[in-house]
Amino acid sequence: MKARALHVSALLLMIAALMLPAGAEGWSRSASALMCALVSIVCALVGLRRWNRTLEHGSTLLAVLCGAVAPLLLFAGPGPFGTAAPGIWVFLLGWALLLWRALSILSWLPRRGPEALAAPAAFGIALLYVWQVLVVGFGVPQVLLPAPTQVAHILATRLDVLWPDFQQTFLKAVLSGYAIGCASGFLVAVMADRVPFLKRGLLPLSGLVSAVPIVGIAPILVMWFGFDWQSKAAVVVVVTFFPMLVNTLAGLAAADAMQRDLMHSYAASYAQTLTKLRLPAALPFVFNALKINSTLALIAAIVAEFFGSPILGLGFRISAEVARLNVDVVWAAIAIAALAGSMFYGLIAVVERACTFWHPSYRV
Amino acid sequence: MTTDAAALPAALHTGVGADFVHRIGPVAAIIVAVIVLWYGAAVWLNAPRVIERFKNDERPWTARELVEATWSMERPVLPAPHQIAQNFYETVFRTPIDSKRSLVYHAGVTVSATLLGFLFGTVLGILLAIGIVHSPVLDRSLLPWIIASQTVPILAIAPMVVVVLGSIGFVGLFPKAVISMYLCFFPVTIGMVKGLRSPDPLQLDLMRTYSASPGQVLWKLRWPAAADFMFASLKVAIATSLVGAIVGELPTGAQAGLGARLLSGSYYGQTIQIWAALIMAAIIGVMLVALVGIIEHVVARHMGRPA
Repeated sequence: MKARALHVSALLLMIAALMLPAGAEGWSRSASALMCALVSIVCALVGLRRWNRTLEHGSTLLAVLCGAVAPLLLFAGPGPFGTAAPGIWVFLLGWALLLWRALSILSWLPRRGPEALAAPAAFGIALLYVWQVLVVGFGVPQVLLPAPTQVAHILATRLDVLWPDFQQTFLKAVLSGYAIGCASGFLVAVMADRVPFLKRGLLPLSGLVSAVPIVGIAPILVMWFGFDWQSKAAVVVVVTFFPMLVNTLAGLAAADAMQRDLMHSYAASYAQTLTKLRLPAALPFVFNALKINSTLALIAAIVAEFFGSPILGLGFRISAEVARLNVDVVWAAIAIAALAGSMFYGLIAVVERACTFWHPSYRV
Repeated sequence: MTTDAAALPAALHTGVGADFVHRIGPVAAIIVAVIVLWYGAAVWLNAPRVIERFKNDERPWTARELVEATWSMERPVLPAPHQIAQNFYETVFRTPIDSKRSLVYHAGVTVSATLLGFLFGTVLGILLAIGIVHSPVLDRSLLPWIIASQTVPILAIAPMVVVVLGSIGFVGLFPKAVISMYLCFFPVTIGMVKGLRSPDPLQLDLMRTYSASPGQVLWKLRWPAAADFMFASLKVAIATSLVGAIVGELPTGAQAGLGARLLSGSYYGQTIQIWAALIMAAIIGVMLVALVGIIEHVVARHMGRPA
């Protein structure tokens, strides 16, 4: 019933919007925009009738699509928009309600398989769309917030500048620092686990370190290792070391007493118990640390670049272009970093799934 | 666990002495080891410059002189712990608090941004979690993006947020608090979603038999059940909030705050100043987390649970 009320109010808003002024010449300026708006309203009307679920859902989704196109077509013409075009904004408000309805339809799709991505993907695209429409419609100065299309344009045209930055920051600093930091954290944890005295000393201290802003060590390491990527890798090593240490130690304690007793009854050696029981049992924890570290590493490398770097690197690009008020380049650099971070995280999640398939959290 | 317990004499497992040997002993040993290594490293890292200076003066030097010189350089590569402690003591206790040279003044600036950002982030995080728990649409479409948002190096946006907010008239505390908020809403949201979902189906069914409204279920069942989860994530959040505040201070051009101290220290090669600021940041971080722990303790007692 609530969904129906939502749908009806969306429709009413969209119809009312057509009566309101929209820009200098209004809706009549662009025949195609008016067409899209009308098609959207008709589709929404069809979606309201309950004769056939497929038709109902399909036409609602179509209404959202057509409704999204209409303001874009209007913006192609001359302004002024902003507060001079309440019609567009009321229409978008109705569209947003309709979008909510569409998202709830998409939420009914199965939670597994590629269909599960439909709802989040639609939400993400809608978010970009709203950003675009608001920036263009209200004429937000580019210095404050560039439109997504501008960022995409920069990404496409200035890749020759941004690609070496990416190489410098991600491929050199992050990956090498990440590998060294995670490996050493893991090894120290295994060692500390073997020597209880070390463990009792390290565990409280590394708990303490988690409360400490470690990125602050960046200026010191930049002084020690120079401006090039080695110093950034060093910061990444320090930042990734402790989460790995703490998680691996927790993971090595994860195998329960019964399982250990069983290994004991097999007369298994320390090494056998470690490789056959305790390390596999620790894997979920290790992967947890790997995932946490994947985002920490990128942040650490970028922040370290603020303290001095050669004229390369995403962090350098961001701070340099902010100073020159080229905000679109900054956003392009951020988009690259975000994309790289997400893919890195996704990759680890895929490997995790393959390695710890036995873990209860993956059972259906 | 059982093996190391058996290795020690049984007498050590009772009383205060046992507690010391078992818990404080190893920690103290490692701290002492770190300090000794630190002094060694200070000699090793600073020696080249000191030797160069001796050679320029063209005078013979003994090992003792070398070690003493490496531990008392004005701009060492690695300052000795006592130099840091001395600088820390002077800038904290011997400098007027309103002076720009006082570490307490800079720490105060950072802490206020941290707490404001923490407040914003906690409120935002809890509101998002309540929305996600109650709306399947938000659960399906928003939650994945919240997780993805953390793979975005949010700190990378820090200089821009400060510049952009500064250009539309927000200066001082607010931009830094926004960065802290960006960082610390995430653990709160994730923890609270888990926490608000932690009541088991039987309890939820019971609330339904009482014909409780969603608001009542939230307030009387879900919210209290989420308390443990909330404090666990608040501890993470306040630590990340501090990181956000410090990084937020970097692009403001070294005016005030611990981040500014770090930046100006790195510009002018004042390593002792950097280390003192770092120690201060570490102390603040530990204290803030401990503060949340104390609040947790009080709340747990108030809720009638053994803390």
